[in-house]
Amino acid sequence: MLLQLGEEAKLLAGGQSLIPLMKLRFASPKHLVDLNFISGTSYIKEENGALRFGALTRHAEVEYSASAAKLPILHDCASGIADVQVRNRGTIGGSLAEADPSGDWATVLMTLETEVRCLGTKGERIIPLPEFIRDAYTTALLPDEVLSEVIIKVPPRASGGAYLAFKRSAPVYPTASAAVRLTMEGDVCKEAAIVLGCVGLTPIKSNDAETALRGQRITEKAISAAVESARAAADPQSDMRGSAEYKRTLVGTLVKRAIEIAVQRAGGKQVEVSHIYA
Amino acid sequence: MPETIENVAIKVSVNGKPRSLNVEPRTLLVEMLREQLDLTGTHVGCDTTYCGACTVLMNGAAVKSCTIFAVQADGAEITTVEGLESAGQLHPIQKAFGDAYGLQCGYCTPGLMLSASQLLSRNKQPSEKDIRKAIAGNTCRCTGYQNVLKAIQLAAQNMKGV
Repeated sequence: MLLQLGEEAKLLAGGQSLIPLMKLRFASPKHLVDLNFISGTSYIKEENGALRFGALTRHAEVEYSASAAKLPILHDCASGIADVQVRNRGTIGGSLAEADPSGDWATVLMTLETEVRCLGTKGERIIPLPEFIRDAYTTALLPDEVLSEVIIKVPPRASGGAYLAFKRSAPVYPTASAAVRLTMEGDVCKEAAIVLGCVGLTPIKSNDAETALRGQRITEKAISAAVESARAAADPQSDMRGSAEYKRTLVGTLVKRAIEIAVQRAGGKQVEVSHIYA
Repeated sequence: MPETIENVAIKVSVNGKPRSLNVEPRTLLVEMLREQLDLTGTHVGCDTTYCGACTVLMNGAAVKSCTIFAVQADGAEITTVEGLESAGQLHPIQKAFGDAYGLQCGYCTPGLMLSASQLLSRNKQPSEKDIRKAIAGNTCRCTGYQNVLKAIQLAAQNMKGV
């Protein structure tokens, strides 16, 4: 069908970004193909050490899923996106395919081994998420392809993650966000993933911040070094949400708190996290 | 030359009544409710998916009706503020908003009451935090939310055992 309609067709998932963009005339697709009536596109399955999400799984379904709760960072994200009404409609697949620089899911899922399944007329491709997200609003999807599934590998034991987003009010995109995943061995950090959101055209994986923690005991000094590296890696723009300097400072604070929570969770502690807003 | 686009026939249940309608594909659910069905209790506030004045229930879930096309509601059950009362009696949520002074100008109230309705259908004894989270997508510029919280707490109390 996409092949027939040509490149000016757009797929409509939850519509919570696309419909507002159309109202603002930022998007004027000639054809809209509504995916919501296709059955079997919304599910959460646990298989072979991975969680698989149907592309049209709503944020609210992830929020209340016992399977997804095994990775608390997924709950941090799903339960904090916008507000109840948007979470009832918006989908995990739509969020990734939209690739909005301020979206939540891509930032979170880049701290995990995540792949997306893309179905096209020539068959299917499985693409690692970092290769899928090409640029702001730009993905590796071909015009005749649709994102059908999100596959998240469950990290090893003694891993913990956290996602913190700061926003001015519930319905808006965050001003900045940070996702952290650590795998511990005793009190030494064996593996670290640190990704910054809303402070660049795509989520930014801060290799220097990760290096600052890898192989180290998580001391205040190690955290400070990671925070400084994360701040240096951020590439924020000044806009109505705040100045570039404000966002750079903010994202460091979020990284610090996310590291602290990730360590606690890796140790088996339950810590509740939600998006921060007034 | 704009192409002509045919209307689409949809069947939707609104406040328990089955309706067959012809809608333009671009029509938003809120426009269908207000302009084709004269259900003007659902308000348009910001029209940008922010304020929640247009909140209705779609198959029991609170949604912003300015951010769904009417054709997407084909086969769905929609509840608007007009569907809360039954047999001329106000719904306990409506009554509580009055009793606890949970509104001033009233523009956001229908949306707030439907968000409260989803909350109370799933959580009979919500904490203050639960309530705040449930109405985070509903903007009110008059009340400061304190009496809205009290109204939803009162409604939860009055609905116990219902």
